[in-house]
Amino acid sequence: MHEYSIVQAMFDTIEATARQNHAVAVKRVHVRVGSGAGVDVSLLRTAYDTFRVHTICDDAPIEIEEIALRWTCPDGHGDIAPGRPLSCPACGRAARLAEGDELVLDRLELEVP
Amino acid sequence: MCVTCGCGDTDIVPVPVHERILANNDRVARHNREHFHDHHVTVVNLMGSPGSGKTAVLEATARQLGADHRLGVLVGDLATDNDAQRVRAAGIVAEAITTGTACHLDAEMVHKGLHRLPWRELEYLFIENVGNLVCPAVYDLGQDVNVVALSVTEGEDKPLKYPTIFHKADLVLITKVDLLPVLKDIRLAKIVENISCVMPRPTVIPVAATAGVGIDSWVRWLHGVGKPRAAQCAAAVSGVR
Repeated sequence: MHEYSIVQAMFDTIEATARQNHAVAVKRVHVRVGSGAGVDVSLLRTAYDTFRVHTICDDAPIEIEEIALRWTCPDGHGDIAPGRPLSCPACGRAARLAEGDELVLDRLELEVP
Repeated sequence: MCVTCGCGDTDIVPVPVHERILANNDRVARHNREHFHDHHVTVVNLMGSPGSGKTAVLEATARQLGADHRLGVLVGDLATDNDAQRVRAAGIVAEAITTGTACHLDAEMVHKGLHRLPWRELEYLFIENVGNLVCPAVYDLGQDVNVVALSVTEGEDKPLKYPTIFHKADLVLITKVDLLPVLKDIRLAKIVENISCVMPRPTVIPVAATAGVGIDSWVRWLHGVGKPRAAQCAAAVSGVR
């Protein structure tokens, strides 16, 4: 259950960004979470909703874009089918993670004077 | 401000951030890594479930390598310094990082832990992470290699159930293999096959730490990851002469 630590780290960036932009409130938070990021999306949502009360994010719902795990051949022989060994069936090279490990604060909607 | 009529209403503006949520941890991890690189310390992040045998592996490593190499351990647990005491009893320096409620170590905890350890003098620093197969995978600590201890008692399909930690593993130590004769449903080959579905360069070493099985292979693997740094050090010294 490290989602609370992750939300704490996210709040540090949110507060710094809000300050830089002289925002009076945050109205929406957009994050991108890969299914291989080691984060449970529903726990992240719960942790965020617990944290945001009486903060600058009090009125800011979180939008979470989930990104599926995708492994691919580094030599361009295409993606590895889910559940298969992580090496290219054509050339045998070790697969490369193309996407799905993201844990990114993507953008904020800020209320500014 | 609303510029249409000058009423003083606020505006809602989109602001791109595009920053990794753990960017601050990544920064501290890079800082740790630079320190380790500058002092030629090879750092192993040892992860695994509670009871997977991480500490037993370190005790066996201390017995095998401790006399000829400078080893040290930082060990994370929610409470007690029992594991640090065990490793110290095996003859190498160790300090505990007591995390309280945190289910993982982060780069800052490791950085602070280093202040209590003569880490600059070490050849190998082992960071025994909190027993957990989920959360430690998310945090970079500044290590050179990730090693996962997976005991045969955890079941053949454990890698498929907890894939993330294996994605970035450099080695899986399959521990407690001396128990296989009494575990009728557990096949070592099946564990290895499942690891290959979650680890792009599957590298496994079966060990039984308390019986000393496989420790030679593990130590050879460690020498393999540690050697380049030792070679660089030697080259730098001979260059000075």
